[in-house]
Amino acid sequence: MTDLPHSPEQPVVAAKTSRWRTFLKSDIVWSYRHSPVTIVASIVALVLILMAVLAPWIAPYNPFNPATLNLMDGFTPPNSNSFAGSYFILGTDNQGRDVLSTIMYGSRVSLFVGFSATLFAMVMGVGLGLVAGYLGGIWDAVIMRVADVQLSFPAILIALLIFGVARGLIPPNQQEGAAIWVLILAIGLANWAQFARTVRGATMVERQKDYVSAARILGVNPFIILLRHVLPNVMGPVLVIGTIGLALAIIEEATLSYLGVGVPPTQPSLGTLIRIGQQFLFSGEWWILLFPAVTLVLLALSVNLLGDWLRDALNPKLR
Amino acid sequence: MTEPVLSIKDLVVEFPFRNDVFRAVNGVSFDIMPGEVVGVVGESGAGKSMTGSAVIGLIEPPGHIASGEIRLKGERIDNLPEEAKAKLRGRRIGMVFQDPLTSLNPLYTIGEQLIETIRTHLPLSEAEARQKAIDLLTEAGIPKAAERMESYPHQFSGGMRQRVVIALAIAAEPELIIADEPTSALDVSVQAQIIKVLKKLCANHGAAVMLITHDMGVIAQTADRMVVMHQGTVVETGTVGDIIRRPQEPYTIKLINSIPTIQRQAGDVTPEEAANDDGAYVQVKHLVRDFEIGGGGFLKLLPGKVEMFRAVNDVSFAIEKGKTFGLVGESGSGKSTCAKMIVGLLRPSSGQITVDGHDIWAGGAGHKERRKRVQMIFQDPYASLNPRWRVADIVAEPMRTLGIARNRTEVDHRVAELLTRVRLDPSVMRKFPHEFSGGQRQRIAIARALSSQPEFIVCDEPTSALDVSVQAQVLDLMQELQDEFGLTYLLISHNLAVVRQMSSAVGVLHNGVLVEKGPTDAIFDNPQADYTKMLLDAVPDISRVA
Repeated sequence: MTDLPHSPEQPVVAAKTSRWRTFLKSDIVWSYRHSPVTIVASIVALVLILMAVLAPWIAPYNPFNPATLNLMDGFTPPNSNSFAGSYFILGTDNQGRDVLSTIMYGSRVSLFVGFSATLFAMVMGVGLGLVAGYLGGIWDAVIMRVADVQLSFPAILIALLIFGVARGLIPPNQQEGAAIWVLILAIGLANWAQFARTVRGATMVERQKDYVSAARILGVNPFIILLRHVLPNVMGPVLVIGTIGLALAIIEEATLSYLGVGVPPTQPSLGTLIRIGQQFLFSGEWWILLFPAVTLVLLALSVNLLGDWLRDALNPKLR
Repeated sequence: MTEPVLSIKDLVVEFPFRNDVFRAVNGVSFDIMPGEVVGVVGESGAGKSMTGSAVIGLIEPPGHIASGEIRLKGERIDNLPEEAKAKLRGRRIGMVFQDPLTSLNPLYTIGEQLIETIRTHLPLSEAEARQKAIDLLTEAGIPKAAERMESYPHQFSGGMRQRVVIALAIAAEPELIIADEPTSALDVSVQAQIIKVLKKLCANHGAAVMLITHDMGVIAQTADRMVVMHQGTVVETGTVGDIIRRPQEPYTIKLINSIPTIQRQAGDVTPEEAANDDGAYVQVKHLVRDFEIGGGGFLKLLPGKVEMFRAVNDVSFAIEKGKTFGLVGESGSGKSTCAKMIVGLLRPSSGQITVDGHDIWAGGAGHKERRKRVQMIFQDPYASLNPRWRVADIVAEPMRTLGIARNRTEVDHRVAELLTRVRLDPSVMRKFPHEFSGGQRQRIAIARALSSQPEFIVCDEPTSALDVSVQAQVLDLMQELQDEFGLTYLLISHNLAVVRQMSSAVGVLHNGVLVEKGPTDAIFDNPQADYTKMLLDAVPDISRVA
């Protein structure tokens, strides 16, 4: 605007601070500040995520460097010194690896698989849901029937099946490196249907609205209409399912790894650690199992609580 | 002097918010005498429904009555405990709501609902209550009432359901009926019957009526006295005839003047009559549209006969360049289906539409011509603007898509110009649609329609979601733009008064068939088709004040 009396920079800065202020006054910030459970959950989730992301720099030991491992450190109980004289706050496992460090590195794998699989499921589900909802007819019928069939099985079984088939197709010498990607693909494919269903419903509502008709009258390309008009208006519920889906994906990864079909033992996730730990539960070395399990529960629970809060905060009917 | 049935004194209803208190009703006082019909009229947000809710004690928390008093036959009812208030509802105060679809329980038969209500409030046996229910339904004008007692609400039409709701409200012989927009969800012809039923039943049973509505026409034909509300306060109270003929307050005068009427007012310039020749700018010839009834998806792949429903049946009309053609019809008459075919959203089953000589459904070339020339203004200004886009992007979309303006400065310049044209400040460009009122949004929608520099605009109920005073402004703006740019309009509306005011020619649609078309004055003053006559008779109009 050329006729404004301000210098060109001023309005931009003003707009930014006022937007920040509007955000601070918004309903969502208000509902966050008035929900103690959500505040605690977000702090727990943040601490766990930071621990995982920063593991290579802040972990007391590198549990996967054989040069630093000492079998004499094995089975050290929490908060004590080992035979070799090193101190371990959460104890060590059978190979003398520091439990705290394995948890930090394990959360890294769990979170990476969880995030990637959810993102993959979200992109696939949102894309197919948009197509089904907008085009309707035979597209809708085929996509949604496939989703229905898939939703009638537990997601973990689907993931197990996809994982098994994909492993079979990969040459044995590459299996080790590809395992984590196959796992992401399997969990992602097992979870896309939830997203597709929600997005399809929301799309069917939005496509009836007049702003979409206005764009169609102009002859705007359907792909552009979906991307620029419909997608931004159906993303609200997607973010909610995405958050809850993240918690589910982390648990599914842990389940697969616990069953021994997930990530390779050289790159253990929380599920792998729990599997290792349960071998020693009844011989008195409880800490090897307990601490990874508690971490998994805290991680899944806090993310789930955040998802629940987000769903309620974005749903005006529940206010 | 007899005691009023309902007496409201200095009523204040407040809604506390996080950092603010909103006064929905601010010092309202009025009385309703026994057997009297009092209309409470006002635009949206005037506090008229909130006053009604306060009387029956159904204000949604956190809203509450902050001060003032409500008396029913001299007895204070605003400070009664919840159980006592619940006893009043139905027994002494009956309610008729706007939407007959949701005010009846779909899981119970009409008979069960009526008998339950009657027996809750009156000491009658099952058989007596049943007889009373049948009498009430007959009185409400439901034919073969005894047989229809076993029917479920979905087996009734909207008008019939509203009759049942009225029968329910009157069942316990209450002293006062509160009717909140009882006819707003209904078609004109049904509306007239329901008003009659409401009036007759209340007169027969001696109930006073508080009729809440935004429609001055309904009040004019129903009420004895009226209360005009604006922003939570009473602006004017008086007999209906006095207020409509001689309004005193500036707000009431403005309100009454903005209401279009189906009578031609002295001093109006009669638009020239349109000649129906073949050189007309827009021509619609033998338009037909069929819809398949029933299953979609995989069912379509099964062999078998598909049942068809003909929504638009052989509709033909022509519009002169720079003129307005009004298409009138009730819900389900096929008027919106016609609009969709003309703007290119729905392919006609057969027939032809030409704009400036180009057949708009004739392949790529016709498609291109249509995009350049035809635009549309929609009914709901809340749904017609993408909530996630800024106003600048919304208005610029047509010119960007059609390549009218490409670089940013030029687009911004044109958007600012269009916003000024529709009398909005150009600085609103950076805002989002939710920051605007309904009327302002409709202006933005008009600016968007003009953005592609069209010659022909289809307006599908452009003002029916707006308040009357806003409606008048939008209609004025449309008229002005027509004169300025030589626009041709197809105006689709159920509101006969709006059509009369705007159009030079009119077509009347009924069940997909164009029953009558011709110059506006000829149709309104001398209708030929029976349906048109019935429609014109049924319209509640302020010129018909008793």
